Amino acid sequence: MTLTSLTIQELRKKLDTKEVSATEVTKAFLERIKKLDPTIRSYVTIIEVEALVQAKKAEESIVKGTATSVLAGIPWAVKDNLCTQGVRTTCSSKILENYTATYNATVVEKLAQAGAIPLGKANLDEFAMGSSTENSALMTTRNPWDTTRVPGGSSGGSAAAVAADMCAFALGSDTGGSIRQPASFCGIVGLKPTYGRVSRYGLVAFASSLDQVGPLTKTVYDAALVLNHISGHDKRDSTSVDKPVPDYTKALNKNVKGLRIAVPRELMGEGIDPEIKKIVLEALKVYEKEGATFKEVDMPSFKYALSAYYLIAPAEASANLGRYDGVRYGHRTKNPADLISMFSKTRSEGFGDEVKRRIMIGTYALSAGYYDAYYLKAQKVRTLIKEDFDRVFKDHDVVITPTSPTVAFKVGEKTDDPLSMYLSDIATIPINLAALPGISIPCGFSKGLPVGLQIIARHFDEEKLLQTAYAYEQVTEWHKKRPAL
Amino acid sequence: MSISEKDVEHVARLARLEVTADEKKKFTKQLSNILEYAAQLNELDTSKTQPTAHAVPMSNVFREDIVNAWPDKEGLLKQAPDRNGDFFVVPKILE
Repeated sequence: MTLTSLTIQELRKKLDTKEVSATEVTKAFLERIKKLDPTIRSYVTIIEVEALVQAKKAEESIVKGTATSVLAGIPWAVKDNLCTQGVRTTCSSKILENYTATYNATVVEKLAQAGAIPLGKANLDEFAMGSSTENSALMTTRNPWDTTRVPGGSSGGSAAAVAADMCAFALGSDTGGSIRQPASFCGIVGLKPTYGRVSRYGLVAFASSLDQVGPLTKTVYDAALVLNHISGHDKRDSTSVDKPVPDYTKALNKNVKGLRIAVPRELMGEGIDPEIKKIVLEALKVYEKEGATFKEVDMPSFKYALSAYYLIAPAEASANLGRYDGVRYGHRTKNPADLISMFSKTRSEGFGDEVKRRIMIGTYALSAGYYDAYYLKAQKVRTLIKEDFDRVFKDHDVVITPTSPTVAFKVGEKTDDPLSMYLSDIATIPINLAALPGISIPCGFSKGLPVGLQIIARHFDEEKLLQTAYAYEQVTEWHKKRPAL
Repeated sequence: MSISEKDVEHVARLARLEVTADEKKKFTKQLSNILEYAAQLNELDTSKTQPTAHAVPMSNVFREDIVNAWPDKEGLLKQAPDRNGDFFVVPKILE
């Protein structure tokens, strides 16, 4: 078995028994990146020199016995909307193409303290706005399972890097599905924690009431491990919640006897590919065999989730992206005639079409005369979505849905019609609006492409979430499959 | 609820974005489609519903008003496209 195809758990064993060194592991991943990334194009920036320096440090601490973390010496990929001090942080946008972050995101800092080794910055849809990574202004990432297809988005670079064994794990961000959907397209595990579980300090803001950072990994156990390390209250993010962080790996066991699963009718009907429905039903039967029960439920607010999201998220984005004005950092237009045209030309030159669209929708939804009809209305629909979940969680433990209505589509297939692209997120969006934790795990293949199962739990019940995912994973073999590269 | 080209012009100006004539046409059509789709929210009676800004209960988080110096001021200023000492240089604001 090659080093790069190992899970974090497996790598940890080999490192601790000194069978391999952190430098060997890091070099193995860097080699694989050199070999595959010209085709896959996951990495915007590869931090080779620094990675080897960190590997040596990790090696020394492992040898001395002072390494305390299970992530010491484990190489990972950083989504390029997470600030990494001294390293280019582009958000895959021309407006930040040459911007070097002046500080580390909290999650980056935490993983550095644990001795994990960042290999590079992973490609994304520009400013995390998209569902295929095609909105990256820098390059197009390919799905390792079929390089004519998209890896999903917006954390497509991160997902493809994990699926192609170009890192042991990655961090992504999820605002409307951007961790879960690419995880499902790439056949890996993707976890979006409860809003407030993980600090957003240093995550370039898209929609502040929806954004969360989370892990993309090869197994559920690995996701629990990473979640242990990135979670926790942070004074620098006042939306981070001051709740203790349990050891999420301790929650993992195969017992789902008596687990009550709710399956929203709205996400198993038209709009979902029939083969995916069939595969999800088979997964539910697996849970049934293990002692769980599943029941169809009604979530009538789901019909309106996409509309609510495409008013709320752009509204928040229009505010968050106001800072890109060419004054203090990033791109500035050449020879501006006056201040206002400096702003306008800088932003028009620096932002791609999708970003401009969302800024304009958001500005419109918040503008005088329209605020009540659009933004306020959408926030009320958000309440209805939360209430639907509250009702269902009264007598169910988890909600299960397909992660995505389709498998990975072809590059260029949905780029002409923004609305058709938005429909990729119908299953993932309600979870962000309700601030709940959600995970996507591989549950099969349709026409040779991975299918993801989405599990949703109550607020701060990542233990139930991970345990439910683990139970299915341990009685199936999907997570062991790798694309032929 | 369709959006007109004039609306797009107005919104672009508010958002400090410049759009070419072609872009204006294209964006007007695309934004109209999106807003028409979003108009289905009007099917819902939300007259008795409170808006939710944060689905996880949150209250104001305060700290003492103590100044913490940023450790690398120079590193921040160095990023500027146009800089003069401790100042960011921009085109004239007032005539």
